[in-house]
Amino acid sequence: MLETNKHIEQKDFVLSVEGLTVSFDGFKAVSDLSLYVEEQEIRVIIGPNGAGKTTVLDLICGRTKATEGSIKFKGKELTRMNEHQIVHAGIGRKFQTPSIYEDLTVFENLELSYPRGRNVWGALTFRRDQQVIDKVIEIAEMIFLADKLDMSADLLSHGQKQWLEIGMLLIQDPELLMLDEPVAGMSVSERQQTAALLQKITKDRSVLVIEHDMQFVADIADRVTVLHQGKVLSEGSMERVQNDPKVIEVYLGH
Amino acid sequence: MNFIAHLFARYQLSHMLILALLLIVVLPLSMDIFRLNLIGKYLTYAFVAIGLVLCWGYGGILSLGQGVFFGLGGYCMAMFLKLEASSPENTAIQTTPGIPDFMDWNQLTELPWFWEPFHSFGFTLLAIILVPAFFAFVVTVAMFKRRVGGVYFAIITQAVAAILTILIIGQQGYTGGVNGITDLRTLHGWDIRTDEAKYILYFVCVALLFVCLFIGKYVINSKLGRLLVAMREREDRVRFSGYDVSAFKIFIFCLASVFSAIGGAMFTLQIGFMSPTFVGIVPSIEMVIFCAVGGRLSLLGAVYGALLVNAAKTSFSESFPELWLFAMGALFIGVVMAFPNGLAGVWTTYIEPRLPARLRSPVPPSTIPAVAVTTTAETSSTPSANPTVEHRHAGN
Repeated sequence: MLETNKHIEQKDFVLSVEGLTVSFDGFKAVSDLSLYVEEQEIRVIIGPNGAGKTTVLDLICGRTKATEGSIKFKGKELTRMNEHQIVHAGIGRKFQTPSIYEDLTVFENLELSYPRGRNVWGALTFRRDQQVIDKVIEIAEMIFLADKLDMSADLLSHGQKQWLEIGMLLIQDPELLMLDEPVAGMSVSERQQTAALLQKITKDRSVLVIEHDMQFVADIADRVTVLHQGKVLSEGSMERVQNDPKVIEVYLGH
Repeated sequence: MNFIAHLFARYQLSHMLILALLLIVVLPLSMDIFRLNLIGKYLTYAFVAIGLVLCWGYGGILSLGQGVFFGLGGYCMAMFLKLEASSPENTAIQTTPGIPDFMDWNQLTELPWFWEPFHSFGFTLLAIILVPAFFAFVVTVAMFKRRVGGVYFAIITQAVAAILTILIIGQQGYTGGVNGITDLRTLHGWDIRTDEAKYILYFVCVALLFVCLFIGKYVINSKLGRLLVAMREREDRVRFSGYDVSAFKIFIFCLASVFSAIGGAMFTLQIGFMSPTFVGIVPSIEMVIFCAVGGRLSLLGAVYGALLVNAAKTSFSESFPELWLFAMGALFIGVVMAFPNGLAGVWTTYIEPRLPARLRSPVPPSTIPAVAVTTTAETSSTPSANPTVEHRHAGN
């Protein structure tokens, strides 16, 4: 009886992280962490510096290998997969500092992220057909860069670079989108535009966000997970988390 | 007409034509066969330099061991030619007739097994491509799957070059040792030492060089070319866009090694011998210098770099033999410090903008379709608004 229940539960979660532990030379950056993300949920992870937030994302996307535990994405075990296989499974990751190709144009940045021709032969024979061009333009309009397609990406402002990277993820059409501090270093107006952008792009997918800006968190989060020293300290709605005495003590109170 | 114009832009055919004119018409008409044969030798290094443009300039993989592949190609060709030169009639005075002379001197009494297939010219041609490609594949799989990169990879390629040199010198009976494989005479009965043969081999060499140039251009213009640039900057981002980065690195390195091997084989044919002096660390680094001087982002620049540096080396080392190595080092440092994009960079930044408009190179090909589909592209299609794209296409 218990087993069937568990089975049904897992089906509802896009991502289920269980007993995840990673230790670097004995230091446990993430310790026995469990986390479940539902379909179309926007989950925000907050926590003080060094709480292991970025490490959790690194573990999910395969950049860091877990010492123990399991990460299941739509029933697939991710801990044994390579980064690019995890991407093919449907997970997109945005880094904390804008990670784009500055020697290439905005168009080329988006085109390279288009999910076709991903092996050597495919890349050699890739054709820039109307389908690719249409998709690139569609995404560029979404991320407010439609008039900058031919601009070299290093000439973009910091906020525009962040958008470009988000666009590069969107063009992959991932089912789970992971964003590491998407509004860090943005101006107020850019921040509002980003919030609107996130609302728009999160309709058909689940999103895992790390963010420090509490107003922004309150704006977008369905649920919030608070990490502290590699463990889940508290979880629930923003309101509940904000009023949790444990959270206030380690984080919000300061 | 449109199609031709497109091809012109895509492959920079105008620049290709100038080089072709120089190599096929101007130089053969203005030089005697001795000098032309020297040019042919320089061009064999240009194959290596083209490969380095792809793997170092675009892919960011610095190899200080390209001599290894140059040597493998050259030795494959030399083994075939040596076997033909060592017919039982030619070697009747040896203790064991029918095997290469250096084997006889080293008390070998039969041909080693790995020499046997080199009786066949077809096998030899395949081996010139496949042996270096396989070797490059093994080395790069071992390195790139483990994510060894950058300076560590460069050091390992140096070690490989050193190891192969020591192996060749040490196994004298099998390889001809430090002298290499010498006294090569005929190819299927065709004497390769005559002036006429040297002319023909020179033109074969030029033709193959252009084949490699076109392959290189195709790769650079393909999405794979842009991926290489992307990987050079943000390897992680490429990985998280769903690409297996190591596969691309392995591919481009193998391609570069095959180019080098073709150069090596043409060297053997034109010069008539192959020795470990073209395999080791010093020649490998010299090849990187040819590429850097020519411009590591320009295939054609690499050809000019190989020609000019070697021509300078020949004339300079005739007059000041002991100073040459210092001059070469100074040249490398100077170029890297002052002109990181080499001669091609000097051309595109300083010379080309001063030319009349119709002589300038066309708009970089990768931006053409994008310009066509956006309405607000006017601002960015002017060269000044787009300096990095310009740089990237610093081909001439």
